[in-house]
Amino acid sequence: MAGELVLLDFWPSPFGMRSRIALAEKGIPYEYREEDLRNKSDLLLQMNPVHKKIPVLIHNGKPVCESVIQVQYIDEVWHDKAPLIPSDPYQRAVARFWVDFIDKKIYELGSKIWKTKGEEQANAKKEFIECLKLLEGELGDKTYFGGESLGYVDVALVPFYSWFYAYEKCGDFSIEAECPKMIAWVKRCMQKESVAKSLPDQEKVYEFILQLKKVFGIE
Amino acid sequence: MAVVKLFGAWLSPYVYKVIWALKLKGIPYEYIEEDLSNKSPLLLQYNPIHKKVPVLVHDGKPIYESTVILRYIDEIWPQNPLLPANPYDRAVALFWIKFADDKNPIIAKLYQTEGEEQQAVVNEWLEMLEAMEEHALIGGKKFFGGDEINMVDIAFCMVAHWLGVFEDTAGLKVFEPHKFPQVSSWIQNFKSVPIIKDNLPDTDKIVAYLKRRKEMLLTSKSN
Repeated sequence: MAGELVLLDFWPSPFGMRSRIALAEKGIPYEYREEDLRNKSDLLLQMNPVHKKIPVLIHNGKPVCESVIQVQYIDEVWHDKAPLIPSDPYQRAVARFWVDFIDKKIYELGSKIWKTKGEEQANAKKEFIECLKLLEGELGDKTYFGGESLGYVDVALVPFYSWFYAYEKCGDFSIEAECPKMIAWVKRCMQKESVAKSLPDQEKVYEFILQLKKVFGIE
Repeated sequence: MAVVKLFGAWLSPYVYKVIWALKLKGIPYEYIEEDLSNKSPLLLQYNPIHKKVPVLVHDGKPIYESTVILRYIDEIWPQNPLLPANPYDRAVALFWIKFADDKNPIIAKLYQTEGEEQQAVVNEWLEMLEAMEEHALIGGKKFFGGDEINMVDIAFCMVAHWLGVFEDTAGLKVFEPHKFPQVSSWIQNFKSVPIIKDNLPDTDKIVAYLKRRKEMLLTSKSN
């Protein structure tokens, strides 16, 4: 079943981190290939001709695109270890709903926080915190969204933690002050090797954002 | 007592996706029409986060977001499967479903925008059609699902039926059949499937409704 596995990725991408965590949780060996997004490889363009984006998971030469689909695929093919997706169909639907919610809201709002200023930024910060609070509500008293072990929602959300410091510096606010339960959950996740090894250092991400701001001419 | 209830709105493509899935699998259900300008307390209770239709309620438990609903239906009632059994083929199907899902809210804005903003929406439509023509419908398949429709065909329903509606409302032609021969064939095939053909909202009715909505939008913009 293992075969050849390659992950085309870019180190600060929260989407790439999802697949890294899933593969690490299941102890699956793979080749990690760093892409230069200003100079995309022929392999990337060939494997993801529609979007030309990372991450791309290549299994025995065949591409799986979109991080949420990669996590599901990894979970299905290597189902005997560390299951991520709930076995109950209703719980599965609930998990898929929250992953869809995270995909629609967190990245976009986070981007607005570091890209904009003034009223637009203030609105983005407000909505961002509201979304995190809704997620806190879903987490409740559980250790992880997946219950006693990491699940699909945990894997989809925790990568954004590596961008929190950058959001906080750019937006001049504290996520922990507003959403302590969320940060407590993050810290539990970060104690897992699969998560800690898959997320880059927050300061490094912040430096990367500062460089991007220069390139895009954002103050 | 109906075990399955569907909260919907007569013109929503997202609702029709669920209706088709239920009918393809022969699942009886109770349909509740929602007035989107005056949503029922029950809908708001079942879907407090997005407050939208469709909402499927199965044995009292609500499920929302049309693709989440479709996948749930496919898993609970496995007859006439809507996704491939093989994990890799399923991953490819899910890619195209996500592609359609991500495009749908943008392309729906064709009749709600003007000028440069509208041109951006037209570009999104063309990108979608090109991707379908060049990458998704390769091999001259009758349907995305092969010989029978599946969840991918259902996901592209806006292209099959609502594109014409948006074009008429906007007074703008986006789709030129000769430029997209595979997509054109697929549209004909899709709309010929009996369950689809018998369960499509009347285009004249939608166009009239959307034209009124467009008027209201433009009036409120200029006020």
